[in-house]
Amino acid sequence: MDEIRVQHDDFDAGREIARLRGTNPRIGAIASFIGVVRDVNEGDSVAALALEHYPGMTEKALAKIVAEARSRWNVIDTLVIHRVGTLMPTEQIVLVVVTSAHRREAFAACEFLMDYLKTRAPFWKKECTPEGERWVEARASDDAAAARWREQA
Amino acid sequence: MGATHEALTSSTIIVTILYFARLRQSLGLAIERVELPAGAASVGALRDKLRARGGAWTEELASDRAVCIAVNQELAEPGVPLRDGDEVAFFPPVTGG
Repeated sequence: MDEIRVQHDDFDAGREIARLRGTNPRIGAIASFIGVVRDVNEGDSVAALALEHYPGMTEKALAKIVAEARSRWNVIDTLVIHRVGTLMPTEQIVLVVVTSAHRREAFAACEFLMDYLKTRAPFWKKECTPEGERWVEARASDDAAAARWREQA
Repeated sequence: MGATHEALTSSTIIVTILYFARLRQSLGLAIERVELPAGAASVGALRDKLRARGGAWTEELASDRAVCIAVNQELAEPGVPLRDGDEVAFFPPVTGG
């Protein structure tokens, strides 16, 4: 099963994982990733993060990324939860969970989903710093991380 | 494309444009409708038309600025043609996750 959620509310990774695990005795491995708001970026302190997205396209882009992961690895479930709105340091931003029979598929697909989400899903971050608000710039290192998977395709 | 078909369609199309994140803020606009000549309507032509407005438009949509453009919620290259009723979105490179 694949599930994609874009929401303001926080999530409980333990509960989500337990729910997936309970659905299928073929699951032998579960990999997960949680992204969290840091209080420092580019050397400046960050008091809050505002996350916006493109409703409609976000869900479509994430569904395409999940479909691409499924074409590469034999996974059982995928779950992507991404929060939007105002988030404070230490708050959770994103959760990706992948279940599979064996660990290799789960690890690889989870990392792939995050690398592609960061470069292809229409989300944008704005930081609140002591100098004012600023839009976060895309990083070349994120593009490089996503490009690695194309070489392996 | 047959000449008969061309003759039956109107000579202009209207697309809805959405702006997100830094672009929405610096252009001071979230959504607008724009009329384009049907024969020359493409993603690249639309970007050129908007860039010609001057000021922040010229700066944000300059050819050396990284701007992503989606047509009907799919990323699109400059050569992609536009049709009446299309939803076109302009936004900076994404920074989620």
